[in-house]
Amino acid sequence: MASKIKSSVIDPLIDTNPITLQVLGVCSALAVTTNMMAAVIMSVALTTVIAFSGLFISSIRKHIPSSIRIIVQMTIIASLVIIVDQILKAYAYEASKQLSVFVGLIITNCIVLGRAEAFAMKNPPLLSFFDGIGNGLGYSLILLIVAFFRELFGTGKLFGHQIIPVATEGGWYIPNGLMLLPPSAFFVIGLLIWAIRSWKKEQVEKPDYQIHQVHRTEAM
Amino acid sequence: MEHYLSLFIRSIFIENLALSFFLGMCTFLAVSKKIETALGLGIAVILVQMITVPANNIIYQFLLKDGALAWAGLPDVDLSFLGLISYIGVVAAMVQILEMAMDKYTPALYNALGIFLPLITVNCAILGGTLFMVERDYNLAESAVYGMGSGLGWAMAITAIAGIREKLKYSDVPDGLQGLGITFIITGLMALGFMAFSGIQL
Repeated sequence: MASKIKSSVIDPLIDTNPITLQVLGVCSALAVTTNMMAAVIMSVALTTVIAFSGLFISSIRKHIPSSIRIIVQMTIIASLVIIVDQILKAYAYEASKQLSVFVGLIITNCIVLGRAEAFAMKNPPLLSFFDGIGNGLGYSLILLIVAFFRELFGTGKLFGHQIIPVATEGGWYIPNGLMLLPPSAFFVIGLLIWAIRSWKKEQVEKPDYQIHQVHRTEAM
Repeated sequence: MEHYLSLFIRSIFIENLALSFFLGMCTFLAVSKKIETALGLGIAVILVQMITVPANNIIYQFLLKDGALAWAGLPDVDLSFLGLISYIGVVAAMVQILEMAMDKYTPALYNALGIFLPLITVNCAILGGTLFMVERDYNLAESAVYGMGSGLGWAMAITAIAGIREKLKYSDVPDGLQGLGITFIITGLMALGFMAFSGIQL
């Protein structure tokens, strides 16, 4: 049991990462990564929702009729998101304004529903809870890496503190404005996937179409 | 009239749900291997978006907004915290109704869309459209226009990327970038292209 819990928390970090391998929950990963603070809040919010939705859905999994299971799962997830949203509005109003609609969009974040459907419906509550934490952390890891690069190179800051002195204030670094714009998030994640797959060869996808290798005798 | 036209253009190009707000990215990346399927999904998104955004607008304006229940003699009630759960309920129900109606009246279109209709319930572009409508406090007419425009913009983006990906399979991509990686980079380039529209003032 202990080893199962350990593997359900560790595996999603790199080996079965929800974003870079399973392609789930990409929307918010791109939108909230312009600074570290927003990324941290989003990570905590998502990890909480996914862990508790796993726990609750798994505890009642034997009583959910399979024909209406999506609606039941959605209701549980939506209630959890409302709680998170209300807490954020009460204690971190500025941050919740900055995250705008993306806290609400945790409901349709495919990681949450995907894990509920694929894992929590088949496994006991405690294990589902830790699976939720693991997947939440895998998501957070990517979010924080992307936010780190975007905030550092976009403004020279981290968590709002100046790290690299920028040119406008007498330093040497000219901030790269592109890093704060939407497209850079795609580039950073694309390159991150490249880096992970160069390290973990088994994640590489097979090409649909093999380009014919021309041998030098044929070229003549 | 001009106001609605500019809202329509803005929701298609400048505030494109897929390429400038990254909504519906999961399906955007997963179902964009072929133009035909991408187009089918795009049409389904337009239909659902056209129905759900105005429907949720009615719910928001007459039931949930602060003071909206004044017509029922309850001017002090603010139910806006129930927003998320009502909107997702409406989306799920509308998708279900649309599916049954299409099955009965337009079986050809129903068969063409097939699996994509139920998938749309969990497409963030749909819920995102509704949440943007609430955040910007659109009225009913504006939300109808916004629903159609944002759906159209999303459909256009997914069809365009499917076209690029069909050609892309003949290119020699480095191993690690194969598949998902290169799709991210291309989407980034497309988003960069769409940013050219952001200078337009409407």
